[in-house]
Amino acid sequence: MSPIPNAETHVGSPRSRVDGRAKVTGAARYSGEFTAPDLAHGYVVNSTVAKGRITRLDTAAALAAPGVLEVFTHENRPRTAWFSYNYQDEVGPPGSPFRPLYDDKVVYSGQPIALVVAETFEAARGAASLVRVSYEAEAHETDLKNRMDEAYEPPKKRTGISPPPKPRGDARGAYADAPVKVSGDYWAAYEHHNPMEPHATTVVWEGGGKLLVHDKNQGVLNAQSYIASVFGLGKGDVRVVTPFVGGGFGSGLRPQYQLFLAVMAALELRRSVRVVLTRDQMFTHVYRPNTFQTVRLGANPDGALRSIQQHAIAGTSQFEDHQEVVVNWAGTLYHCDNVELTYKLAKLDTYTPGDMRAPGAPLGLFATESAMDELACATGVDPVEIRLRNYTEKDENENKNFTSKELRACYQVGAERFGWSKRNPEPRSMREGRELIGWGMASGAWEAQMMKTSARATLTADGKLEVACATADIGTGTYTILTQIGADAFGLRMEDVTTKLGDTTLPYSPVQGGSWTAASAGTAVQLACEAVREKLFKHARKASGSPLADVKLDAVSFADGRIEVTADPSRFVRIADAMRAGGVDRLEAEETAKPSMIDQLRYTGYTHSAIFVEVRVDEELGAVRVTRVVDAVAAGKILNPKTARSQVVGGIVWGIGMALEEETMPDHNLGRFMNHNYAEYHVPVNADVQGIEVVFVDEHDTKVSPIGVKGLGEIGIVGTAAAIANAIHHATGKRVRDMPITIDKVLG
Amino acid sequence: MNRFSYVRATDVAQAAREAGAPAAKIIAGGTNLVDLMKYDVERPGRLVDITRLPGLRAIEDAADGGLRIGALVTNTEVAYDRRVEARYPLLSSTILAGATPQLRNSATTGGNLLQRTRCYYFYDVGTPCNKREPGTGCPAIPGVNRIHAVLGASEHCIATHPSDMCVAMAALEAVVRVSGPGGERAIPFAEFHRLPGDAPERDTNLGRGEVVTAVELPARGFPAHYTYLKLRDRHSYAFALVSVAVGMEMDGGRIGEARFALGGVAHKPWRDPEAEAMLRGQAASRDLFERAAERTLRGAKGYGHNTFKIELARRAIVRALEQAAAGTPQSQVDKRIR
Ligand SMILES: Cc1cc2nc3c(=O)[nH]c(=O)nc-3n(C[C@H](O)[C@H](O)[C@H](O)COP(=O)(O)OP(=O)(O)OC[C@H]3O[C@@H](n4cnc5c(N)ncnc54)[C@H](O)[C@@H]3O)c2cc1C
Ligand code: SF4
Repeated sequence: MSPIPNAETHVGSPRSRVDGRAKVTGAARYSGEFTAPDLAHGYVVNSTVAKGRITRLDTAAALAAPGVLEVFTHENRPRTAWFSYNYQDEVGPPGSPFRPLYDDKVVYSGQPIALVVAETFEAARGAASLVRVSYEAEAHETDLKNRMDEAYEPPKKRTGISPPPKPRGDARGAYADAPVKVSGDYWAAYEHHNPMEPHATTVVWEGGGKLLVHDKNQGVLNAQSYIASVFGLGKGDVRVVTPFVGGGFGSGLRPQYQLFLAVMAALELRRSVRVVLTRDQMFTHVYRPNTFQTVRLGANPDGALRSIQQHAIAGTSQFEDHQEVVVNWAGTLYHCDNVELTYKLAKLDTYTPGDMRAPGAPLGLFATESAMDELACATGVDPVEIRLRNYTEKDENENKNFTSKELRACYQVGAERFGWSKRNPEPRSMREGRELIGWGMASGAWEAQMMKTSARATLTADGKLEVACATADIGTGTYTILTQIGADAFGLRMEDVTTKLGDTTLPYSPVQGGSWTAASAGTAVQLACEAVREKLFKHARKASGSPLADVKLDAVSFADGRIEVTADPSRFVRIADAMRAGGVDRLEAEETAKPSMIDQLRYTGYTHSAIFVEVRVDEELGAVRVTRVVDAVAAGKILNPKTARSQVVGGIVWGIGMALEEETMPDHNLGRFMNHNYAEYHVPVNADVQGIEVVFVDEHDTKVSPIGVKGLGEIGIVGTAAAIANAIHHATGKRVRDMPITIDKVLG
Repeated sequence: MNRFSYVRATDVAQAAREAGAPAAKIIAGGTNLVDLMKYDVERPGRLVDITRLPGLRAIEDAADGGLRIGALVTNTEVAYDRRVEARYPLLSSTILAGATPQLRNSATTGGNLLQRTRCYYFYDVGTPCNKREPGTGCPAIPGVNRIHAVLGASEHCIATHPSDMCVAMAALEAVVRVSGPGGERAIPFAEFHRLPGDAPERDTNLGRGEVVTAVELPARGFPAHYTYLKLRDRHSYAFALVSVAVGMEMDGGRIGEARFALGGVAHKPWRDPEAEAMLRGQAASRDLFERAAERTLRGAKGYGHNTFKIELARRAIVRALEQAAAGTPQSQVDKRIR
């Protein structure tokens, strides 16, 4: 696409994070770290019942405590927007969004019911413990098992989430007739997002009705419109600046309640206010829903699928229908004529679940890919081979071709690197010392998306470039890849490029999520740079006696602060001279990247992976170690192998957690999550992670996005849990369909 | 966290006096107490900082061939002390199986003894809990009890003591030295922690105003045949679901003195003298170990989520006894179970 096929020095090469130093030295400011003169601190009080009414909220003792400025409750909160639609955001599901401090109703345990604001954090926290609350509790239900009979298909679909495809063929009949059948029920526990950085908002009261908001989120513009709409402010009066995010994983896609509370308090007190959630409070909002699934596969003795049925029921809140893509993956990955996929919700007295890294996919694939493994065992066909036998070159859910699909190469390269051919297919056949060894694998897929995104490029006469976009960098490496793209566009060093992100005054970007940022913001930056290059080139040709006067744009290159004739670099114009010729000292362009409508109608885009895992199981004691992982990934063009690998490794590590450890435990009597801290909610630690190898398979794709990028944020996690479960089966002969696979479930 | 006053004690007598006041609380490393204060579980009106007390920071040889560990010696210092490593490797191993290097650097010997349960409800003031607020009930019994006790629990509380170090000290038959309003006294380790009974709010038999000054280890340290096997929900930085500390003496193929204590299964490190007695004088065998394990768990009771611990403990005892008898202790570095 590039009108000037400039050399790629940085793009495609491993580059360290441009923000790495700032992060490790503490120079990078996070939302809870910004300060302001006269900053007041808010501390949240949360409900202890799951459902009912607040009958009394006694704040007298808290108000009397030294340093306390105000205690906000539903009784004295300022008037905010009345209608629930004012609280809607860019990515929220259908329903009425939660409105903090709206009235006396309690709709989930942990709901924020008061905000104590004081001169110091300590004073606010101390006073918060003095707030006395009485409730009239009502019977609640938080157990999905008790609500499955009432599960329903969400009547309104969530924007951007494909509902299950219409059934094709006759899945039930084909299953009944199939010579080989497997079927099973799968459970996945609740998981909570545990980014290192808790949710936090610092609102700087700038006077004149203007607010500067630092808020932990994955999209500053989304936060800005939420604030404007809820508090009836003009967007011009609300600037949201979030340069760094300490991990999002989806928890920052929707505005969280601390944003509302901090802005409310700042407006009311006419003063700067900061609200930071504690680690415990991180368990009082968004989470990955617990999900029940049934999978039935029917096949011929050679492993060819004749029927796929996958049915999911996921929990949601009473007030919103959160939806994600759980069951569609089997229909995308495999060829089968008889397919029935359904996805239902059940209402629980909880907060609304939300997107968590690859929302839906690792849940659905855990079930699909476990069942495929079971089918491999039942037919005696090798797990890789059975997937190849059912390979599809078409997305049969949509009846469209893929923009590209190198999954076959993933299987092949992954298997080779792993040494899969040495696997004895017999479960329990591999052993070393007391440990049983298991090798398992799974396929992975995630949508490759592109979203309308704008970016600005500004080149100054001194040969420095600034690129800017409102998108976030939630730790993925966005700063780095945009810097690489900008640097290559002008043949600059990375140090000569500054990337600005996470500010509502910068060009438009949607929230950072869905793995779409690299493709979208990357393309926008590329386009903006091209526009600047064209302008610059025009000026360069105008320079008196310009050696480029008769040269066309596609015959020049940008290098070392000059525009030179590619075939004869001795003919060149310096950037500074070109600018002088044009009478400018800077050139700027803003461009918008959009997905190609035609390609979107004709193709579907997916990232793919094949993941291979070795586990060692001490069966007598139920202890599982994941000793080796090889993940072969096809994700289009890899902009930076170093940050790309980090993304995939991070996803795999989380997959290990999902498979073996992560679980928020609800007490259904109390309707409350109980293990709400880092000591008891287990995420993987170093000792849980051994060798991880990531291989990127070549994939050329000109349709998925103009720069050929597919995105890597989610693909690492999607197949990992299934591969681990399959490896445990291979080691022990035990098929565990209930995540996480903890000691008690493995004990032989 | 409430407002509190703070005093830095300069000698043990002053510390005891200060700590005797109703709302006072001793602070050592603070790794447990400060967390609990942040959660409003502990709301002391006054903190008595004992970290500057003289004479509590040493590890000293005792006349009887044992070792005396001052209450303020950190967990790290104990674990890597040459004498401990050589003579009481079991103690070293249990400490290194717990928490993280950062925590062990701050945590003290006295504080480790007195750390409180990790019961989810105990930590959450939004829920009832007999240990935190006597008489409010025990939601763990019908609720989430994966990390709870299967031995020695009561209808009032099924919490466990979370320490790893204490499991070794129980097996080593350490003695806790305390100093308080009534003078000094020595508490045998088995009598230091309590079972919940009908007073789960009391974790130990330490009296009000009593300060732990040292832990004394008798000469017998089982340097050749010992192990600490800790089973948990991830391979590091997690409390034990079940752990077993074993100290043994072997005479040819026969077992001489034998002790084993369990962690993660009761309100205190759990020992069963009858089960230990079954081992003495016998030839080491899996069958013998299975019978001893059976014996230990004869009164065990599960509450749902934690019921698996009974079978897990049975197997862990057998494995740990095998490891100790064979002289192949569990490594705390390599996560492979021996
Ligand atoms: C995240 C996390 C994970 C952990 N994992 C483990 C683990 O895996 N295994 C494990 O064993 N432990 C673990 N611990 C617990 C740790 O070992 C204890 O917190 C630590 O030993 C307490 O020591 P301290 O000196 O910090 O005690 P402090 O917090 O200062 O005090 C604890 C209690 O002891 C009292 N106290 C302290 N010293 C004395 C004294 N000399 N006399 C009388 N009373 C005294 C205090 O009043 C207080 O009640 C973990 C802790 C955390 C926070
Ligand atoms: S087990 Fe003990 S500590 Fe836990 S809730 Fe029950 S009484 Fe409280």
